[in-house]
Amino acid sequence: MAEKNILDNKIPEGPLDQKWTNYKGHCKLVNPSNKRKLEVIVVGTGLAGASAAATLGELGYKVKAFCYQDSPRRAHSIAAQGGINAAKNYQNDGDSVFRLFYDTIKGGDYRAREANVHRLSEVSGNIIDQCVAQGVPFAREYGGLLSNRSFGGVQVQRTFYAAGQTGQQLLLGAYSALERQVALGTVTIYNRHEMEEVVVIDGKARGIIARNLVTGEIERHFGHAVLLCTGGYGNVFFLSTNAMGSNVTAAWKAHRKGAYFANPCFTQIHPTCIPVSGENQSKLTLMSESLRNDGRIWVPKQKNDTRKGNDIPEDERDYYLERRYPAFGNLVPRDVASRAAKERCDAGYGVGTSKQSVYLDFAEAIVRYGKIECGKHGITDPSAAVIQQHGLDVVKEKYGNLFDMYAKITGEDPYLTPMRIFPAVHYTMGGLWVDYELKTTIDGLYALGECNFSDHGANRLGASALMQGLSDGYFVIPYTLGNYLADEIYNQPIPTTHPEFDKAEKEVKDRISKLLNVKGTETVDSLHRRLGKIMWDKCGMARTAEGLTEAINEIAQLRKEFWEKVKIPGSDKELNPELEKAGRVIDFIELGELMCKDALDRAESCGGHFREESQTPDGEALRHDDQFMYVSAWEFTGENPNGLLGEELHKDQLVYEVIKPTTRNYK
Amino acid sequence: MEHYNMNLTLKVWRQANSEAQGNFEIFSVANISSEMSFLEMFDVLNEQLVEEGKEPIAFDHDCREGICGMCSMYINGKPHGPWQQNTTCQLHMRAFKDGDTIVVEPWRAKAFPVIKDLIVDRGAFDRIIEAGGYVSINTGNPQDANNIPIEKKKADEAFAAAACIGCGACVAACKNSSALLFVGAKVSQLALLPQGEPERKSRVFDMLTQMDKEGFGACTSTGACEATCPKGISIANIARLNHEYIRAAVLDDTVH
Repeated sequence: MAEKNILDNKIPEGPLDQKWTNYKGHCKLVNPSNKRKLEVIVVGTGLAGASAAATLGELGYKVKAFCYQDSPRRAHSIAAQGGINAAKNYQNDGDSVFRLFYDTIKGGDYRAREANVHRLSEVSGNIIDQCVAQGVPFAREYGGLLSNRSFGGVQVQRTFYAAGQTGQQLLLGAYSALERQVALGTVTIYNRHEMEEVVVIDGKARGIIARNLVTGEIERHFGHAVLLCTGGYGNVFFLSTNAMGSNVTAAWKAHRKGAYFANPCFTQIHPTCIPVSGENQSKLTLMSESLRNDGRIWVPKQKNDTRKGNDIPEDERDYYLERRYPAFGNLVPRDVASRAAKERCDAGYGVGTSKQSVYLDFAEAIVRYGKIECGKHGITDPSAAVIQQHGLDVVKEKYGNLFDMYAKITGEDPYLTPMRIFPAVHYTMGGLWVDYELKTTIDGLYALGECNFSDHGANRLGASALMQGLSDGYFVIPYTLGNYLADEIYNQPIPTTHPEFDKAEKEVKDRISKLLNVKGTETVDSLHRRLGKIMWDKCGMARTAEGLTEAINEIAQLRKEFWEKVKIPGSDKELNPELEKAGRVIDFIELGELMCKDALDRAESCGGHFREESQTPDGEALRHDDQFMYVSAWEFTGENPNGLLGEELHKDQLVYEVIKPTTRNYK
Repeated sequence: MEHYNMNLTLKVWRQANSEAQGNFEIFSVANISSEMSFLEMFDVLNEQLVEEGKEPIAFDHDCREGICGMCSMYINGKPHGPWQQNTTCQLHMRAFKDGDTIVVEPWRAKAFPVIKDLIVDRGAFDRIIEAGGYVSINTGNPQDANNIPIEKKKADEAFAAAACIGCGACVAACKNSSALLFVGAKVSQLALLPQGEPERKSRVFDMLTQMDKEGFGACTSTGACEATCPKGISIANIARLNHEYIRAAVLDDTVH
């Protein structure tokens, strides 16, 4: 703990629950007539980007928003299923701002920043109010009030939801607020554009170089500040629950220009995904964690049991989560549930043809709900079939779209047979290092939502990603950005003919022509798959120092091969999806190397990753607070002659003023 | 589920850009597993094309979970292919048999010009939303969310309309390329909720005006849109839109 904190994280002084109030009360403001003169670039239009762009537009700034999709409405936030947390205590079950804060810190394995998480909890209630006011159709009770459900790692019902399409509804809310600003002329959308480089002038982010993906044209855009809201980098593993286009390019380019990258190895493995079925699979599909409210997870007690799930009698089933964690049962946090599933499969109890899955079973919930419904309808002595039918109706209403999705992908009917699930790469907790104001180590460059590292620690509790995206965009950045821009009103817009724009554009053009001129023999996808295999095998759920050391060298070798072998047809003057993918995959390869370095440094088991060298006698994850109570913030120092990337580790010490870190216990 | 492999012939629309003349090109793909998704089959074909030094087929896709609405293509004459209430990314190859010939084309609608191969420009949808598909509220201080109770049935209906993914299949399926199911879904959602009340009249006028401006055709209530919609958005939303339009026209003579 003696390490000097060389990174100024700007956490305000004073008691934890007063920090944000005090900050807001004292930060600098920009007067409305000056806001019109200030230009802000927002890259990415998911929950964080759309909410930030809409809100900054409302405030009067001139906003340019960029997305690679054909419309901001398609950002991957739209795929979030289960819900969004808020400390409203509508259920009167003991929730509070402090409890949401505490659960989030504990869930994150004590590797998140107290001040940021407290602020998140404080504004959580406003998010729900805001979204409801926009017309987001959250689920409601018969009395007309909002409905809540539970998520993993939590003993209260604080999750607001819209069937299994919560992310979609929240994103469409933010998207409509954004389109309203477009109509008002405060925001301009650049769709089918990808950010290729950040332009830094006199130490400040002053713009971006973007590629128009339809025409291939390289464009220069000035901004007094640049906000990166580009999501996570789970696609580094090739197979993940991310959208196919999700990428790290904008964040990685910023990293190469001086923005520190924090906790890159913290990856969330989600326990309930549809298992891999074949070699040509392109992505993994998640089944919302909310299913664990009612579904029970089990494997056969007998190894290599080849009977079908329904044929295995009750007393031959091992409900291992309920057995190992009686207090939280099936609702343990994601990392705990994921590790436990992997442990059972590795020990030979897995089910399905690959033996790499476990059952998620609704049979009991169907009967339980069926009985309640029969009671409600005054049906006395109902037959098993009547109970079953009523129960199925309830489960269908709660989770129907998820069940349909499962049926389409697997060809099995989850109402009749237990679902098979397995952990998969889902959300990345690492990201660009930011201070309390969400500013990176480059002045004027901000990172919001999943793109930054700050709020989730080593493991994200369910229903907190949507919360963080909207919190950053709607309620945090409008204040913190104003604090920066208040000093920028003296600066005229910088013409994009500035030499730094020339330089950045040249870098982009050189890189593209270098990519096209390799003219090798290997497809971009096959190189990406090779990276994914190294990452999953050696930097996935289980890691060792030996494996990580090997991985670093294998990735360096892969990077060399990429530049010798990649094959990209077509030209850069047209819509060229292979060229787009290639640019993203080389950035993933570079990031993969850094992730392995970070994982190697962090010789403790923490969050979603398990360092095999660091476990308790009964096989649980073992943290080392005395050595690793810090955020790893990596500074890019250039390419080394040995073929590795130069990265210097800085430590942002985590100070827990209010919560005393203890062993996480969900028993 | 039984798995099987198949060999297929694909007839795919190729068009270099919006100006170029398009044509069908024929491809053979071998050993396609029934477990793959339609887009994964395209991935395999594209990887094969790249290896042969040919240009891969450009198509729009992103989440591959049936929710982002980006994937869009006619498969054997139907938007998103043969399965009901489904997107192309969630169509699996077990929908086809060994030896099948599959015809693949982009959305066909004047308001959705082709950008390349199977990719079309659906910017018109964004502009329709800009015309009024929102509630005008600034961020910051709305009242507590539970201060306005909403009848569960209404909230559920609003949700069912809000589930639209904006893929454009309704337009593609319509013989007149009408966008009324898309517009009806948004108008309905907001008309059903108290939050949408203040702008209820202007919204329906403004969105319809923009729809016409974009070159979408008129609705003749044949229901192809509903039959094709991957999210099962009901044609009742069009009825509700018509109701909203008449209500606005009759009740407010100051508008149009």
